[in-house]
Amino acid sequence: MIEVFVAGAGLLGPGLAGWKASVPVLTGNQPLLAEPPALPPPALLAPNERRRTGIVVRLALAVAAEAADMAGVPPAAMTSVFASADGDGALIHAILEQLARPEPQVSPTQFHNSVHNAAAGYWSIGTGANRAAICLGCGGATAAAALLRAGAEVAAEGAPVLLCLYDAPMPEPLSRVRPNRFSFGAALVLASRPGPRTLGRLRLDWRCDPTDAPSVPRLPALLPLHAENPAAGLLPVLETLAGGTACVLALPLLDGQVVVEVAP
Amino acid sequence: MRPLFLTAVAAVSAMGRGRDATLAALCNRRSALAPCDFAALRLPGHIGRVAGIEDHALPPGLAGFDCRNNRLADIALRCDGFAEAVADARARHGAGRVAVVVGTSTSGILSSEDAYRRRDPATGALPEDFDYARTHDLFSLARFVRAALGLRGPALTLSCACASSARSFIDARALIESGVCDAAVVGGADSLCRMTLHGFASLGLISPDPCRPCDAARSGISIGEAAGFALIERAEVAGGTGVALLGGGATSDGYHMSAPDPTGTGAAGAMRQALESAGLEAEAVDYVNLHGTGTRANDAMEDAAVVAVFGTETPCSSTKAWSGHTLGASGILEAAIAVLCIRHGLMPGCLGAAEPDPAFRSRILLDNMAAPVRRVMSNAFGFGGINCSLLFGRAEAAR
Repeated sequence: MIEVFVAGAGLLGPGLAGWKASVPVLTGNQPLLAEPPALPPPALLAPNERRRTGIVVRLALAVAAEAADMAGVPPAAMTSVFASADGDGALIHAILEQLARPEPQVSPTQFHNSVHNAAAGYWSIGTGANRAAICLGCGGATAAAALLRAGAEVAAEGAPVLLCLYDAPMPEPLSRVRPNRFSFGAALVLASRPGPRTLGRLRLDWRCDPTDAPSVPRLPALLPLHAENPAAGLLPVLETLAGGTACVLALPLLDGQVVVEVAP
Repeated sequence: MRPLFLTAVAAVSAMGRGRDATLAALCNRRSALAPCDFAALRLPGHIGRVAGIEDHALPPGLAGFDCRNNRLADIALRCDGFAEAVADARARHGAGRVAVVVGTSTSGILSSEDAYRRRDPATGALPEDFDYARTHDLFSLARFVRAALGLRGPALTLSCACASSARSFIDARALIESGVCDAAVVGGADSLCRMTLHGFASLGLISPDPCRPCDAARSGISIGEAAGFALIERAEVAGGTGVALLGGGATSDGYHMSAPDPTGTGAAGAMRQALESAGLEAEAVDYVNLHGTGTRANDAMEDAAVVAVFGTETPCSSTKAWSGHTLGASGILEAAIAVLCIRHGLMPGCLGAAEPDPAFRSRILLDNMAAPVRRVMSNAFGFGGINCSLLFGRAEAAR
């Protein structure tokens, strides 16, 4: 059993404009007004790099910065886990279109931004964080897998870990094989000990023979986002951290489950 | 860290299928690189292409995962009794206690490239038979490997460019050390595709001739493809490889997306971490298997990093002139090579290099050297400034 404490959170999604502003929404005290999140170019990057970032990197960096700031942990003091099922789908689509032409033109910037660890790379360039970055892509199980991996890092190494999840809609025609209408990012800073700003405690375990039904958000308005966006697999955990009561959640990972005991 | 024993390891690359073919290629100093003939691309340079992928069939129940990358992975699983060793581990630990942690940079993207060439001219739709989730999707690789081996532990695909499969050892180590699982299948696969061939060409990083890592006149990489896996666990198993992972380190440059920090600070940091986690000094390492891609920038940076950590006397070389740069699979291929080096007392000298870059200060081997090899440092670096170093050593010293 892995035990970690949530020291900070970041959130961006439809009607979810930052963790603090979203708490009343996640607790059902304010209606969800599902407007797409504003994604300004990341202030932490130099202007030439800022221009090169697509919405996926902006999403990731925005929630990572919010969580780190809230936790009061400098980025350079954290190992990071960046996870996204689809990465920068718009960029991959643009490259695939080029590669279908007789004389493909793939630009150097397009190519180096196409790596799945681009967001982690820009995070370390922008913040000077030079510890290890762990970069995962686990399809519909991305949130469960990344939470387990981040928890294991805290348990094995002791240092705080930044978990950053992000996914955005794919353009046509990839949107038909991976339907998702929403941009969503969430980040948590996980630590081995509770601190003054702790949002809650998580206990994580792997269960290969699932006993519980997969958890879904309590708020009906969040169900489409949860169903379509792989990063939003974390929503049941976020809802509970925002003000729920202690509970045990089951996040599916293939035919098994990551069991998450949340004590806010 | 506590050492993790390599119960089994298997790799396939243009050098050949499995340990005997790979060892023979190393000993005979026979490069597998040939002029690029992939997908009728009119691109300069050489590639390390694995023969026979086009004719390989996945197991019948897993045919839905069919793509070049998973075929390559399947070929590796069938080498050197790997799948049988995993079946034994499954019996020892329980299928739910063996994780699958694998790395790839582009997974089965070739299937999407092909599908984009078959879009409906009227609607733009992708062909009906295209299965994104089981081909292009990064998770396809972990799902395929887990299903092929009948495992039920947690599964992760990690993707950090050319450090992907090297990193898988470190990711699996955290799962084992935190008690999530007792053993793990690590490694990964990367296969030839238009995306990487065109992408590296656009960066001007493809060598017109077969790559010559560490050579004074080196001019870039030759791209290859490979797959490989290792079964790692806490306790040594009779009939295992006799080699253990003693340490591992990973850092981020925070410098540039596609150019390494020329000072080599991040790379040196990863090697130092690997030594620290093993509780060893630099002198304990007999041979450094370099990332050694053959680009001007990588090899110069790595020379600086190696000298900063090891000084100028530790033998080092790159094996990429044999296999090509197999991108995300280079870490596991070179881990398999490290096992061969330790088992056979071999340090391969850089193939194709006429003279080491005169600016280099590390001890670059040009010819194969026979000597006892107790420990090997293996480097893998990737775009996004990811650095990863693994320290392998003889198991008897780790017991």
